[in-house]
Amino acid sequence: MHYLVGDLGHLFVITSLITALLAAFSYLKATLTTDLNQRESWLWNGKVAFFAHAGSVLGICILLFVIISNHYFEYYYAYNYSDRKLPTYYLISTFWNGQEGSFLLWMFWHTVLGIILIATNKFWEAPVMTVFCAVQAFLASMILGVVIPGLEFKIGSSPFILLRDAMPDAPIFTAQPEFIPKDGQGLNPLLQNYWMVIHPPTLFLGFALTLVPFCYCIAGLWLKKFSSWIRPALPWTLVGCGVLGLGILMGGYWAYETLNFGGYWNWDPVENAVYVPWLIMVASLHTMITYKNSETALKASIILVISVFIAILYSTFLTRSGILGDSSVHSFTDLGLSGQLLLYLLFFTVGAIVFSVVRWKEIPSTEKEASTYSREFWIFIGATTLCLMGFQVLAGTSIPVVNAILGEFGLEKKLAPPTDAVAFYSKFQLWFAVAIGLLSAVGQFFWWKKVDRKVLMNQLFIPAVAALLVSLLVVNLLRVFNLPYAILMLAGFFTIFANGKILFGLLKTSPSLSGGAIAHIGIGLMLIGIMFSSGYSKVVSLNNTGLQISKTFSEEFNRDNLMLFIHEPRTMWGFEIEYLGERLEPRYHAGFIQKGDVLPTEDQHQVVAKREIKVGSKDYQPNDTIEVHGENTYYEIQLRKGDKTYTLFPRAQINPDMGGLLVSPDIYRSVSADLYTHVSSVMDPSEEHEWSDIEEMKVKQGQDFFANDYVGILESVERIHNVYGVELRDQDVAVKATVRLRGEKQEYVAEPIFLIRDKMVGRIPDEIADLGVRMTLMNIHPETNEFTLGINTRQKDWVVIKAMEKPYINVLWIGTLILMVGFGIAMTRRIKEFRKMKAKGLE
Amino acid sequence: MKKSHIFLLVVIAIAIGIIVSTADDASTYVGFGEAWAMSTSGNNKDIHVVGQLKKGNDGEIIGIKEGQDRVSFSFIMVDDAGKEQQVNYNQPMPPDFTRSEKVVVVGSYHGDTFNASRIILKCPSKYQEEKITV
Repeated sequence: MHYLVGDLGHLFVITSLITALLAAFSYLKATLTTDLNQRESWLWNGKVAFFAHAGSVLGICILLFVIISNHYFEYYYAYNYSDRKLPTYYLISTFWNGQEGSFLLWMFWHTVLGIILIATNKFWEAPVMTVFCAVQAFLASMILGVVIPGLEFKIGSSPFILLRDAMPDAPIFTAQPEFIPKDGQGLNPLLQNYWMVIHPPTLFLGFALTLVPFCYCIAGLWLKKFSSWIRPALPWTLVGCGVLGLGILMGGYWAYETLNFGGYWNWDPVENAVYVPWLIMVASLHTMITYKNSETALKASIILVISVFIAILYSTFLTRSGILGDSSVHSFTDLGLSGQLLLYLLFFTVGAIVFSVVRWKEIPSTEKEASTYSREFWIFIGATTLCLMGFQVLAGTSIPVVNAILGEFGLEKKLAPPTDAVAFYSKFQLWFAVAIGLLSAVGQFFWWKKVDRKVLMNQLFIPAVAALLVSLLVVNLLRVFNLPYAILMLAGFFTIFANGKILFGLLKTSPSLSGGAIAHIGIGLMLIGIMFSSGYSKVVSLNNTGLQISKTFSEEFNRDNLMLFIHEPRTMWGFEIEYLGERLEPRYHAGFIQKGDVLPTEDQHQVVAKREIKVGSKDYQPNDTIEVHGENTYYEIQLRKGDKTYTLFPRAQINPDMGGLLVSPDIYRSVSADLYTHVSSVMDPSEEHEWSDIEEMKVKQGQDFFANDYVGILESVERIHNVYGVELRDQDVAVKATVRLRGEKQEYVAEPIFLIRDKMVGRIPDEIADLGVRMTLMNIHPETNEFTLGINTRQKDWVVIKAMEKPYINVLWIGTLILMVGFGIAMTRRIKEFRKMKAKGLE
Repeated sequence: MKKSHIFLLVVIAIAIGIIVSTADDASTYVGFGEAWAMSTSGNNKDIHVVGQLKKGNDGEIIGIKEGQDRVSFSFIMVDDAGKEQQVNYNQPMPPDFTRSEKVVVVGSYHGDTFNASRIILKCPSKYQEEKITV
């Protein structure tokens, strides 16, 4: 038992909470005091406390990682989320697999951002860090894991809890308190994906970044510096929008590659919970930029910046309190933190609202009505549209909360989320997206030029006509005969052309200002990409054989799925498609192993080579043990067109414990469309094959024969001294026949064995799974030099697949990249600006 | 009327529209009895039913029938009012199905059977798990 790591961990957890509280208190004193000397010393206190806090958080992270990477399974966290076989990079993702670890990741990013804040901005340090450290203290309490004696009230859930404390009722611990499991439960196979290594850190950095503008905003209200907080906060909002957006898209890409619902976005509450804050944050970015340039929209900025952070807290509450339990496909477990999470949400919501209400009258605002031809007007409409977009998603996602509140008032809880989430959200989001497309085109012109109606019409004429022409062309060429989709596409093209025109002008004069135009082009492309890939996604694995796959399947299943027998090509999507067999994935190097070339062992993660196998750069000799990902089976499927071939390896996990088949797609990517393929039914490995009756034939060495319509030859028969899985005694005789069968694609070898022990005969048949043939050496006739071979045949191996075409999905990914480039350019510009101001001593 | 007032009115109108549409599209949690009544009266909208898997005296789950090739399966669910009903699901059994302490099925009646289009599981908190494979 390694108690020290855990004890140290607990110590650091407690230290991190106390130091966060200390830092918050010191910074509060520093903000409130007027005496300069005292102020300095409180500031100093705050700084020391915060650095101590940062140190403890780092310590917690290191210790937790030590527990995970050294496989200390006496700790619940390591036992529950990892095992010995995980490679290092997945051990890293184990770190944030549990709720405690993801809180920790969030806290870690906060400490990094806090240090940057302290280092860069002296003027705002005290008030900003007061709010900042208060938030951090709440987070630290989430991983505290302390039970208040007498009250039985648990504060937080610690990642350093021992397995025996986590499962006190497990019988093993009453018998053996020192029991340590040999191996852990392992990481959910769906999370064993490279995106899961980088997506959570990106997302939580995005979460963390929303705190900074919030702190500046509250500090501004507090110090009555109602307007000057915007300048230092703006670069943070910009970075936050970029990083959070990137995190969301990475999540979508992971879902597309790994899950089998066939898309990148499913309107699941978990996805919505980050989408809504991001929309509001983008809205706040726009109003903040407006304010910086024209001193309007200050109140809107304050409301929005506060809303972003509250939305993040609300999302945290939604996804971690267990309130979504009945409505989300992701099963969330309530760690008993819901009360604490609610307190966290309410504290900052009420606090921020009280602050703004008290100061509201003093906030300067322009009484002047914004002209229809001013950029403020258009930006404001754009920001409102973004907020309404977020509001609609929030309304749908919050149904379980409404239920809970109704329940509190004793009303019957009957409201359930919409059954068709995609339709429910899309019918609004589509039109909001159209509005965003149009506004981001028009708004950008107002941004760069003082225009009146006439100039505007002149400027917009060319982009509008170009968008209309291109849209008409695409509608006809690609048959986009759905009016809402066509309008969405028109809006997308309009913003691309309008912003392209602006970009063209800017590149000549001031390329560093081009971030906005580029980002909006990205948005336009994304709208078009989403419209095509989701709106026109269609099933291509249509069953064109005229035969049902099985009577027990639904009509829909029989129609949309294709049954492939091994080595029997079919046509699909203009390709010849052929199933080549089941494959296993070696654990420690790339490549795939044919299942027929290996024998299973007791341990599903180890197989034994039946013959010499070459996998990538590795050579295995017969009887070598190969480490594999035993839970995964890959189905090699070849696509051929002309002289080009592509190979797909969709994956399935057949897991009786988990009650079924877990499948992941493989994607063939071409310029114009993705072919998204997953298996939908596979042979049950636990089920015995139904073999035909044995057919016997007498052959000589070197003689040809037919087996299941394949030509075979008995190549050799020899005495052997080692039989895998059997211990040979002195008197035993073992004989191995080598039979070669010529299949459609390649030659196969079967090596049936004939064993004589105490005058008894034992026969070990050998199966060639690809051909559906089993060979048995039935008898040896030394007098005629002949051998009797027994041949059984069965239905050939098969797999049922479903494939979907995702047209122009690359437009979406390209749009995403361009959007990120736009954010990057804008960030560079704002950071430079900030440095300049700092050099002048203005920050 | 000032332009900003018109704008505000439009925003409020849209917001109300969203709320009304959400309330309208929201499904409802009902028992099998009510679901049956709804379907016989011609209402075939998908509804949510909350309940548990049927368990035998020894706590074992009973009534799960797997379709061929594990592509579909059916099970017996007991709703909160205690009414039993066979539920068909045209997909493989979801992971952790048998471990779930609560099941939500989304679907509607077709004749005598309830066809689920989606199953949502509520699994016991990991802290309550008492099984360790030694």
